[in-house]
Amino acid sequence: MATVLVQGVQLLLVLLLAPFLTGYVRKVRARLLRHRGPPFLQPYRDLVRLLHKEVVVAESASRLFRVAPYLIFSAVWVAAALVPTYATELAFSGAADLIVIVAMLGTARFFLALAGLDVGTSFGGIGSSREMMIAALAEPALLMIVFTLSLLAGSTQLSTVVAYMSGPDVGVRISLALSLVGLIIVGISECGRIPVDNPATHLELTMVHEAMVLEYSGRHLAMIELAASLKLLLYVSLIAAIFAPWTIAEAGQGVEWYFVGIAGYGAKLAVGGFALAVFETAVAKMRVFRVSQFLGMALMLGLLGTLLLFVSRTL
Amino acid sequence: MTEAFQFDVAHLLAGGLVLVSFMLLYQARMYALLNLFALHAVVLSMSVAWQAYIQGAPHLYVTAVIALGFKGVAIPVALHRIVQQLHIHRAIEPVVGVGPTMLIGIGLVALSIGVVIPVTVATDSLAREDLAFALAVILLGLLMMVSRHNAVSQVIGFMSLENGLVLAATGAKGMPLVIEISVAFSILIAFIVIGIFLFRIRERFDTVDLRAMEDFRGERR
Repeated sequence: MATVLVQGVQLLLVLLLAPFLTGYVRKVRARLLRHRGPPFLQPYRDLVRLLHKEVVVAESASRLFRVAPYLIFSAVWVAAALVPTYATELAFSGAADLIVIVAMLGTARFFLALAGLDVGTSFGGIGSSREMMIAALAEPALLMIVFTLSLLAGSTQLSTVVAYMSGPDVGVRISLALSLVGLIIVGISECGRIPVDNPATHLELTMVHEAMVLEYSGRHLAMIELAASLKLLLYVSLIAAIFAPWTIAEAGQGVEWYFVGIAGYGAKLAVGGFALAVFETAVAKMRVFRVSQFLGMALMLGLLGTLLLFVSRTL
Repeated sequence: MTEAFQFDVAHLLAGGLVLVSFMLLYQARMYALLNLFALHAVVLSMSVAWQAYIQGAPHLYVTAVIALGFKGVAIPVALHRIVQQLHIHRAIEPVVGVGPTMLIGIGLVALSIGVVIPVTVATDSLAREDLAFALAVILLGLLMMVSRHNAVSQVIGFMSLENGLVLAATGAKGMPLVIEISVAFSILIAFIVIGIFLFRIRERFDTVDLRAMEDFRGERR
């Protein structure tokens, strides 16, 4: 019973915090550029506004076009709810497998790319093909990192990984450092942040995510925007849960630990969002054809991490 | 300090050396390459110093200082000056693309682990791991030498290869200091000779791109 409650709180928590994180990153970035920036609550207002607006659907759109936003949103939401944010004792904990999360994100991306192609405009096609090019490299890199982590922890189960990482026998391991850097690279490209894609631009030549969702409006667009925010939150929480698991309440601890966990989670999100904003202001957007090199680095780091781990394991 | 912690730090430093070798392979800009080479030497000297500490072998500290002084400071500074004096074009062009080179590099690391680990069962785990990583660094240095056209980056490949030799030498217990010092000095001599050659090549062909020499010998198809 308690686990269901904890899981329910987590589902609501990620849903409520996701737009805030997006607004927070935007605000910090604007302040770093000496702009005033939109208020923290602007993403919520945008979502409410979009929900009230009329939906305009292209004549050539199929039924898939209408269904896709809800599929994408629910897949990403479930994936975000699987990551332990403030407690490991979740009702879905048995299914909270790293590979399941990768698969959920893959499903969401598949439908997003299909929806981009559905209407038949050239922008949607460009966006989908670019998204798939990024995904083709990001997904194996993410899987290699998952393998490294699960080789170390002895399980692909996230709660086990978290328990291992906060336990005493982690040790100083270069494979973990490599996985951290790789996971950050994958997260940046999957969430369409600056060196790979600019979330704030509408310049045709460079956009990836915006090009795919160009035909969406009203509540459909709201779902897709919310899914994008949730994805960013998911990656920040995943990195925080694996590499900074110290405040996450474990099974058998008292109720007060849940509040410690929530406070700690808020602090981690603040630090992660701030770091992302600083990184985004420090680097320039790269050419689309250089993205493969950037992601190839993540893939290489994952492979190298697994290889180095193999050495320390066999000895 | 536990045995596991000692092993983990040694693993971290040796693995870091392999990682910096990969960064050398990846880097296409001349000055960044020289700085990375200095980093390579710094990581090597840290690794050697850690070995000196856990083996209780004070002469290895001397090796670490030599690595830091010569390869971490003197040679990068000298290469910086050579690059400035020769006005070498700053972008480097790898023979094959970065992606295939990286994949070959990963394959070489896997190969050296697969070769060294099974044949060194009798020795202790620290030496085995150091030997495996040292072989990987050596092979990556060789790969760098064959995958670059530019003479300066080939020199850097050669020097990073030698760093792998030092790592192997320190992993094996009981290597006399005399041998290490003589290796260090022979590398320094080699560096001076290569430096003179660089100036000669540049004087003769107006470039340090070795393809010009292949053209001159009529070997290029």
